[in-house]
Amino acid sequence: MALKQTPSQTVGPFFAYSLTPQQYGYPMSSIADGAMRDGDTQGEAIRVEGRVFDGEGAVIGDAMIELWQADAQGRYGHPADPRGSNSNFTGFGRFGTGTDARSRFVFDTVKPGVIADGHAPHINVAVFMRGLLTHAYTRIYFSDEGPANAADPVLSKVPAARRDTLIATRSGDGDAVYRFDIHMQGTQETVFFDV
Amino acid sequence: MDTPKTFNPRDWDTQPAYIVPEYKSTLLRGPTKPLIPIAQSLSELTGPVYGHDVLGALDHDLTKNGAKDAAPQGERIVVTGRVLDENACPVPDTLIEIWQANAAGRYIHVVDQHEAPLDPNFFGGGRCVTDAEGKYRFYTLRPGAYPWGNHHNAWRPSHIHLSLFGPAFATRLVTQMFFPGDPLLDLDPIYLGTPEDARGGLVAKFDIGVTEPDFALGYVFDIILRGSSATAMES
Ligand SMILES: [Fe+3]
Repeated sequence: MALKQTPSQTVGPFFAYSLTPQQYGYPMSSIADGAMRDGDTQGEAIRVEGRVFDGEGAVIGDAMIELWQADAQGRYGHPADPRGSNSNFTGFGRFGTGTDARSRFVFDTVKPGVIADGHAPHINVAVFMRGLLTHAYTRIYFSDEGPANAADPVLSKVPAARRDTLIATRSGDGDAVYRFDIHMQGTQETVFFDV
Repeated sequence: MDTPKTFNPRDWDTQPAYIVPEYKSTLLRGPTKPLIPIAQSLSELTGPVYGHDVLGALDHDLTKNGAKDAAPQGERIVVTGRVLDENACPVPDTLIEIWQANAAGRYIHVVDQHEAPLDPNFFGGGRCVTDAEGKYRFYTLRPGAYPWGNHHNAWRPSHIHLSLFGPAFATRLVTQMFFPGDPLLDLDPIYLGTPEDARGGLVAKFDIGVTEPDFALGYVFDIILRGSSATAMES
């Protein structure tokens, strides 16, 4: 390889007016936010929400979470997915934890389909914050996908005792709400991937 | 992008560690357990697609996009360069989001309480997109240094924050561009958190050829994203 990768640096505490401007009330358009679907998007409407905790269990109010996911049929809206997507869905969401009274991230999206045989439905996550020099990759799996989760090639590589950190818990009687907390450190430290 | 490839892993001889004790916020926020390597699937080989269609007319010009009734105060600069992968192949049509402090070292962000003046004519956020050859260009002001609470008399060197997607979620990069010769670099735990041999990749080069006469000093900053390994491209 001829060239060296540019080093990552922290997003810092002041990203919001440029990366999540509309959510935080700054006068600039946002390329994405927590509303990943609209009335035309195909698939089961779900909400994914959670909080980010530091090594002392304190809630982090200046993190930025990005989601990247397949549509309800398991297709990515990207040229490398030969199937493409015609579901009125970009698959990308971005939300800062600084505007909610409880420092939650909240994404309204659709439940992703299966991207290939043997894979469980999942959402890809990138975590950014002050104090994180390189973003952290994790994945959200779903608590109501037990058999698929058991067969998933990525989950299977995770030590059994830590798999729960990747599984969002479904609640809500009507609209499906999945709760997914991210622990940067500690006994419940979320599994982060070398992608 | 015809066929899915795999991307080289993040180069941990180049990328900063998660825990850098001198940068205090890393101590409770950086993951402590080893990352678990996973095989790349479509989940990692695809990513958000944002191109020229998301750009507003002044998004690339921070000297104008926040101006209300006058030009913002400060030293005008032009920053240009190429986004390449590790094989020196251009990364075309990829979005770069930028943000920075004003010339006095103050961000417009409400949480920034540094006692330096806000500039009513400077916003500090913008975007540009690389062209077919991976080139980008934006106009702005040289940002000021600013103090932060990491340690006694801590000051961030002048820097511009940049956020890029590249071709896939695996190539996502958020970084900072610094200025050559800044005496604060050798005192900055964030800059110093990067392995020594790789720090040069964070510093722009002054270029008189890029400098625009009677208008703006020119800086060149190339950005290198993860590339595809030759083996994967052959398969
Ligand atoms: Fe900064």
